[in-house]
Amino acid sequence: MTAHLSLRGVTKKFRVRDRRTRRPAELTAVEGVDLDVAAGEFLVVVGPSGCGKSTLLDLFGGLTAPTSGRILVDGAPVTGPGLDRGMVFQQYALLPWRTAQGNVEFGLEATRVPRRERAGIAREFLDLVGLTGFEDRHPHELSGGMRQRVAIARSLAYDPGVLLMDEPFAALDAQTRESLQDELLRIWQRTGKTVVFVTHGIEEAVYLGGRVAVLTSRPGRVKRVVPIDLGARADVADLRSSPEFARHRHEIWTLLHDEVVRAQRLTGVSG
Amino acid sequence: MTVLLAVARRLSTVVVLLALWEAAPRLGLVDRTFLPPFSEVVAAWWELLVGGRLAGDVRASLTRSLSGFGLAVAIAVPSGLLIGWYRPLADLLNPLLELFRNTAALALLPVFVLLLGIGETSKVAIVCYACTWPILLNTISAVRDVDPTLLRLARSMDLPPHRLFRKVILPAAVPTVFTGIRIAGAVSILVLVAAEMVGAKAGLGFLVSSAQYNFAVPQMYAGIVTISIIGLVFNQALVALERRFTSWKASG
Repeated sequence: MTAHLSLRGVTKKFRVRDRRTRRPAELTAVEGVDLDVAAGEFLVVVGPSGCGKSTLLDLFGGLTAPTSGRILVDGAPVTGPGLDRGMVFQQYALLPWRTAQGNVEFGLEATRVPRRERAGIAREFLDLVGLTGFEDRHPHELSGGMRQRVAIARSLAYDPGVLLMDEPFAALDAQTRESLQDELLRIWQRTGKTVVFVTHGIEEAVYLGGRVAVLTSRPGRVKRVVPIDLGARADVADLRSSPEFARHRHEIWTLLHDEVVRAQRLTGVSG
Repeated sequence: MTVLLAVARRLSTVVVLLALWEAAPRLGLVDRTFLPPFSEVVAAWWELLVGGRLAGDVRASLTRSLSGFGLAVAIAVPSGLLIGWYRPLADLLNPLLELFRNTAALALLPVFVLLLGIGETSKVAIVCYACTWPILLNTISAVRDVDPTLLRLARSMDLPPHRLFRKVILPAAVPTVFTGIRIAGAVSILVLVAAEMVGAKAGLGFLVSSAQYNFAVPQMYAGIVTISIIGLVFNQALVALERRFTSWKASG
């Protein structure tokens, strides 16, 4: 396995204004992060809130540049955003004036795919996420789960090698979330994309991840990368109640617990 | 039949108002010299229409307000897009825009008359001036308030600026721009009527003020009613246009 994405000693600092003193200050979002993501891997990043998970994803996506360190895609340094990496946001980011079909085509319009072929490809990917028959609906006519499916189809349609997902299911109800998690795993297996999935949900991390990177509270560092082995998924009816699942869940919970306590102490002092 | 009933229900309050207007002077509740019954106003209106005077005044007023309004749209929408797009420009111009917006356009009417005379130019100019601000300010905020997640999406896709503008910012701005245009529509008639009352030889504002001056009270009310009808029709036309452009909105 070769590293598809790599972070090498990546630190990101933001200039902020201190809330009380109103003086310019520096906030270290992530510090000294080393992380390799193999091609075709499903990596989940989990951490306490405000630990810089989303910053990490922005760095992979090229939306922000690191203060120090290097970010590599297939060995080449990242200089900015690109269509080789597709992003999926928690708030869907659908264009409300376009139909589901139009939103998926929006992704294709940024590529060299000829105009005539776009509609067909868009339909194909809407079908992949189970939205056949909803092509002509506008986002406001779709449920939250369906909107996120459209957003996933849009990101897949222009065929990036990497899918960067920023808490994509956090705004959904539990049932919709579980069914979308299964959908995502199915799509991942079918398409062979490299996925970096950010979440604050431990169960979601264990259920989805091939490996789970646990971050420390601010500044975010990689505390440990936990490989997940749940055995043969197809053989277990309710994977989430299997002993392996419970063991992994507890392991990550313990890792996170110390960080949450530390984060609370930190905010307790400053706030 | 049901459609007719629905229309009747929606118009019922207007009908009640007109009935009151008809009854009050006849019952002696108000002096009919100053508020003649509605039927007399309708008769006066009909006379003005048949005599050809009304058509002339309506044409004069509509030409002025539509030219001023159209000019304002043509000026304010592109400049608003530009100012909203270049944030430093918006920050630079903001105090100036606030100043102009909060200066009542009618207070500047004497200035327009001094500079441009009492002819058509000054009237079109003051309508244009008054219409510009709501459109300009709404367009600026429309561009600045585009959903930041959409901007993040566009950036993650490495969309070049001209495409970002055409495919994301422009369509996202349409509803708010239209709000400004609709406000300007109402403003165009308001300001024009006031301008025509001050100095004009034709137009609905002139009709109203000259009728009052000559104590032709029913004619005065006929002019007022015509102004409100034109305002209503203009607004409905703009609402319909807005619906067409924003049919994707949930409340559409």
